[in-house]
Amino acid sequence: MVDFFLEKFSQISWLTGLPDGILFVLAVILIAIPIFLFLAVNALVVVYAERKISAFMQDRLGPMGQGAGLHAGKWGLLQTVADTVKLISKEDIIPAAVDKKLFISAPFIFFIGSFITFVALPFNQTIVAANFNIGIFYIVAVSSVGVIGIILAGYGSNNKWSLYGAMRSAAQIISYEIPVALSLLTVVMLVGSLQMQEIIKAQDGVIWGFLPHWFVFKNPFTFIAFFILFISGVAEVNRTPFDIPEAESELVAGFHTEYSGLRWAFFFLAEYANVFIVAGVASVVFLGGWQSPIPGFLEGSGWGLVWFLGKAIFLIFTMIWFRWTFPRLRTDQLMVMCWKYFIPIAFINIMGVGLWDLFVS
Amino acid sequence: MGVEHDHELGVIHAEEMVLNVGPQHPSTHGVLRLKVQTDGEIITKIDPYIGYLHRCFEKHCENVTYEQCIPYIDRCDYIASMNNDFGYAVTVEQLMGIEIPEKVEYIRVIVAELNRIASHLLAIGTIGLDVGAFTPFLYCFRDRERILDLFEMLCGARLLYNYIWVGGVSHDFPVGWVEKTYEFIDYFEPKIHEYNELLTYNKIFIERTADVGILPVDVAISYGVTGPNLRGSGLRWDLRRDDLYSIYDQFEFDIPVGTGAMGSVGDCWDRYYVRVREMEESAKIVRQALDQMPREGDVHATIPRKIRPPKGQIYKRTESPRGDLGFYIISDGSPIPFRIKLRSPAFTAVSCINEIARGWMLSDVMVILGSLDIVLGEIDR
Repeated sequence: MVDFFLEKFSQISWLTGLPDGILFVLAVILIAIPIFLFLAVNALVVVYAERKISAFMQDRLGPMGQGAGLHAGKWGLLQTVADTVKLISKEDIIPAAVDKKLFISAPFIFFIGSFITFVALPFNQTIVAANFNIGIFYIVAVSSVGVIGIILAGYGSNNKWSLYGAMRSAAQIISYEIPVALSLLTVVMLVGSLQMQEIIKAQDGVIWGFLPHWFVFKNPFTFIAFFILFISGVAEVNRTPFDIPEAESELVAGFHTEYSGLRWAFFFLAEYANVFIVAGVASVVFLGGWQSPIPGFLEGSGWGLVWFLGKAIFLIFTMIWFRWTFPRLRTDQLMVMCWKYFIPIAFINIMGVGLWDLFVS
Repeated sequence: MGVEHDHELGVIHAEEMVLNVGPQHPSTHGVLRLKVQTDGEIITKIDPYIGYLHRCFEKHCENVTYEQCIPYIDRCDYIASMNNDFGYAVTVEQLMGIEIPEKVEYIRVIVAELNRIASHLLAIGTIGLDVGAFTPFLYCFRDRERILDLFEMLCGARLLYNYIWVGGVSHDFPVGWVEKTYEFIDYFEPKIHEYNELLTYNKIFIERTADVGILPVDVAISYGVTGPNLRGSGLRWDLRRDDLYSIYDQFEFDIPVGTGAMGSVGDCWDRYYVRVREMEESAKIVRQALDQMPREGDVHATIPRKIRPPKGQIYKRTESPRGDLGFYIISDGSPIPFRIKLRSPAFTAVSCINEIARGWMLSDVMVILGSLDIVLGEIDR
């Protein structure tokens, strides 16, 4: 994508005089702004969807427009916009007892952790910020950056609830990185590349005559790997049934107890960005990304975007569905699930995929 | 207090952390403060601190007449006001030796059992909330709402009814109320299945509640724990059968007890499930009472306009949704009670929390507290 913009710049006469460094930064900014806007819109839409879907699941109406004058629009469509305005215009409170540097930097580190993950996420055949050769490895690596923000927030807040939340969160995210990485490895073994576009291209065609040739259907081991990836992903983004770091009935609000206003909004934004990343990575790696579910039907880059977003939205809906159905696990049960079940199964999966590839197919 | 661990690098001095859970905390069920000592996530000691909702109920009652006590009694256990008033009315009537018309007895049983269902719905909903399941809570509220609507139709109030009076009830049933109540029972009985599917037999819910916070029956008795909490520990003790009051001997109902179906007897799941089963039984009682109730008749006993019990004292206990609700009344022969003491079942329930929550994790404390189903209005009075 950077190369694409640099090439465009070289065609514009008044830009060619500028040094290469400035042009490079300009190109990066031109990529970063749409990603940021996408994140903001994503959070707006997913929050609205979550409120509406949870309302329908709970026999409520959710946000609704009411009466004349200032209201939240038809069916409450403007509710999240109003919430955003409220958050931005709120007083910026920094409690007196906090460690100021850590407190201020934590939301941004958390946000950066999810923001830079989008660099390697392909939206369709062409829209990907950087299609570099270690794409999937990069995503696994940088998605753990956010945990530093969580620990800083918990430690810097000088609040016992925050500290509990941060410690739980750190343990949880670091543990669940392992099954995620191991399940992604099964696909990497089959494709022989870490590049995201290569992985999607390898999922072209049909399997068993009727199923799309996505890795989730490729063989029994990748099928299991998909579920391990998705469930571990839900755990990594701290959502129910794994919302232990924020468990509102135990820890008040976990690591962001002391945050309000715009700082809290950054945590919120990043959390919903992480939700999209988990759904996006799972759909790219196991559900064929921008590939059409029926090969040859509605292909092309425009439809590719639709297919990718459709798959991601379906997985996000599943996460919302989880959240409003399940109770929450306890910290030790969560760890047991990860270390005693997911990681051994993920290891067996890797072996199984290798053997299956050698002997069966 | 400190725990010292020997390491190769030297001695690391670790301390236990004191955590104040409440009084402003989302899941202390009111304004309870728990002073929790934790070693990491493990609880080493819990001290409940009560009194944040103290309203001088007993002192108030010493300054108003017997009739005027009832609104204060409504506000003790505000989740089950009908049952509170029921207990008080029965106590004063026994002190005065009043005979109650049969219709009044039926009306009281019906409203008390409906209120028991409403109270248990709140209890099981909030246990769900404590383990992180939000949806069952709202399902419970959906059905509780219908009971509150019935009560609103009956006496105009939705929470604090002032309906059961000494010597009768304030009004007769309005037209159509009995049919509406039948309708509710028909609607409600299948709904219990829905709760069971959504929450009771959910694997995660069982993991969180089974074998957690076990209250052995001997500990329960020595702390004076009663009601569903005691029955959850496996003892079949229900005042509606064992210390008969009103007309409970005319109905057929089971007394569900904890069996340790998912873990050990007396764990949180048992206490939870006893409440679910009790809702079924209460629905059964309401249906029988509606069938048998005389449709005609007065709803007031013939008593003097001013209640003036003879000199003496009485202790009478009834089965509220939380357990043995006892009233101790001393009368000096005047229209104003000399002393009223309320024996609160929720108070005894919260007193045993250190015994049963010690050694569990911080997350379990909320579940255990939820499964004890305390109401701070009654504890602090």
